[in-house]
Amino acid sequence: MPIDKATVQRISRLARIHIDDNEIEVVAKELNGIIDWVEQLKEVDTDSIEPMTSVVELKLPKRKDMVNDSADRQELLSNSPESEDGFFVVPKVVE
Amino acid sequence: MTYCIQGNSGQFELVVGLEVHAQVKSKAKLFSGAPTEYGAEPNTQVSFIDAGMPGMLPVINEVAIEQAVRTGLALNAKINLTSIFDRKNYFYPDLPCGYQISQYLDPIVGEGTVEIDLKDGSSRNIGIERLHLEMDAGKSIHDLRPNVTHVDLNRSGIALMEIVSKPDMRSPEEAGAYLRKLRTILRYVGSCDGNMEQGSMRCDVNVSVRRPGEKYGTRCEIKNVNSVRFVMRAIEYESKRQVDIIEEGNSVDQETRLFDSSKGETRTMRSKEEAHDYRYFPDPDLLPLKIEQDWVNEIKNSLPELPDVLKKRFIKQYSLTPYDAEVLVSEQSSAMFFETVAHGRDGKLAANWVTGEFFGALNKANLNIVNSPITAHQLGGLIDRVSDGTLSVRLAKEVFEFMFLSGSDADVVIEEKGLKQVTDVDEIHTIIDKILSSNTEKVEEFRNGKVKLMGWFVGQVMKESQGKANPAAVNKALKEKLT
Repeated sequence: MPIDKATVQRISRLARIHIDDNEIEVVAKELNGIIDWVEQLKEVDTDSIEPMTSVVELKLPKRKDMVNDSADRQELLSNSPESEDGFFVVPKVVE
Repeated sequence: MTYCIQGNSGQFELVVGLEVHAQVKSKAKLFSGAPTEYGAEPNTQVSFIDAGMPGMLPVINEVAIEQAVRTGLALNAKINLTSIFDRKNYFYPDLPCGYQISQYLDPIVGEGTVEIDLKDGSSRNIGIERLHLEMDAGKSIHDLRPNVTHVDLNRSGIALMEIVSKPDMRSPEEAGAYLRKLRTILRYVGSCDGNMEQGSMRCDVNVSVRRPGEKYGTRCEIKNVNSVRFVMRAIEYESKRQVDIIEEGNSVDQETRLFDSSKGETRTMRSKEEAHDYRYFPDPDLLPLKIEQDWVNEIKNSLPELPDVLKKRFIKQYSLTPYDAEVLVSEQSSAMFFETVAHGRDGKLAANWVTGEFFGALNKANLNIVNSPITAHQLGGLIDRVSDGTLSVRLAKEVFEFMFLSGSDADVVIEEKGLKQVTDVDEIHTIIDKILSSNTEKVEEFRNGKVKLMGWFVGQVMKESQGKANPAAVNKALKEKLT
């Protein structure tokens, strides 16, 4: 599926990545290049092969149900542009 | 009787499916070691993982997996030995990563069923489509100050089970029964506390209408309805709204709506055009979740007796009515309380006392079984005193009230208050003689055929004995004396 300008605009909006109008065509071309390249993989027949999730034999590690972690609130809030009474403060997101 | 919505042009059928988000009961979060307790100071239960700090990696909590499996088994559902975690991408201030880790195409639990009981005594199976694990988002508070939103991440990362039903419900009553039953099951297996007020169980409602025999209509999703009553009211309102639209010759738009409980109506939240494009993809930080059948079997063997099984057993073993049995099994604690009371006693009598006097007193005192002032053994002890004739039912109720106030055993109350029933025949005879000799006119009337005076005599004797005389003994003795 070739990527047109409208698709680039839609993806950039969904990803919250701003792309200037004059860059859209360039980005579309780059993305098409990537997709074409990945399309080549389809030439290999993988019908009877299980999807591989890791190159080594790994099992999903699990943790015990134990409380052993919680950040210091001051530290946690120190990265935010604004905080108040222990809350993060952000521009209002509902009317 | 089938529920239907009467329009001007004919009848419409209602189709409802529910998506329930149930917070998993666990000490720590789904992918971090931060605590999950409700009501803590804002942002005091947040790890760097829950705050979406760069470089932090999720490690899954094994108890969350166990709880999901446990719940799946209780819903008679298929347990998938391999399941996959995906990223659901959207931007909102209370979702620090910009994505929610969820399960999309390969959930941990597949299809199952929940049996619901309806008011008319019938029951129906409601299909479960799937149950998957995901992390909860934080909480946004919009009304502390104008122009800003406050964000608390304590809830961020808590494990949720999203339980999706099939569109099998056909009335508000069925939806309410399903939600209550689901809550009961979750509480029995201990995977969620089911507290809708605190938001540990939340519900999205999918509603559509159709003329009988037609295929499914366009549905609307009502987000985050937070009580059984509101779910039922939202369905009622929404279905009527959709019927009106169709009858005006228009068509229903697929959209997300919210329920305004103060007005009892639903309103547009976002339309299909603004619908989210979540761009799901497998989370590269997490390998597929693989579990062993042996482990699933172990969990299955550790499940408690579930409400449906318990209800059937109560009906059979204790000859309870389906209604009483259902009331008793709706909470595991009531069922256990009842079984202790019924042990070695008449089951029907035990059920009457538990659902009658006992539940009534708890309700009035705003207490529940867990903090009840009297134990099941104490209530059993009281019932024994009725069975052995020490107390009449009326006296027993009086004794019960004292027990409930003081927490004392029945025998202690009977002794202290002198509430023992008088069964001693001589004593009863003495009282009767006294009543008869001071009411000779009435005795005459009775003997001349005014037999309904019998009740009056019984009343007098009971009054004289301060209610303590055994009514059966009084009746018998009076009959002997008067005829």
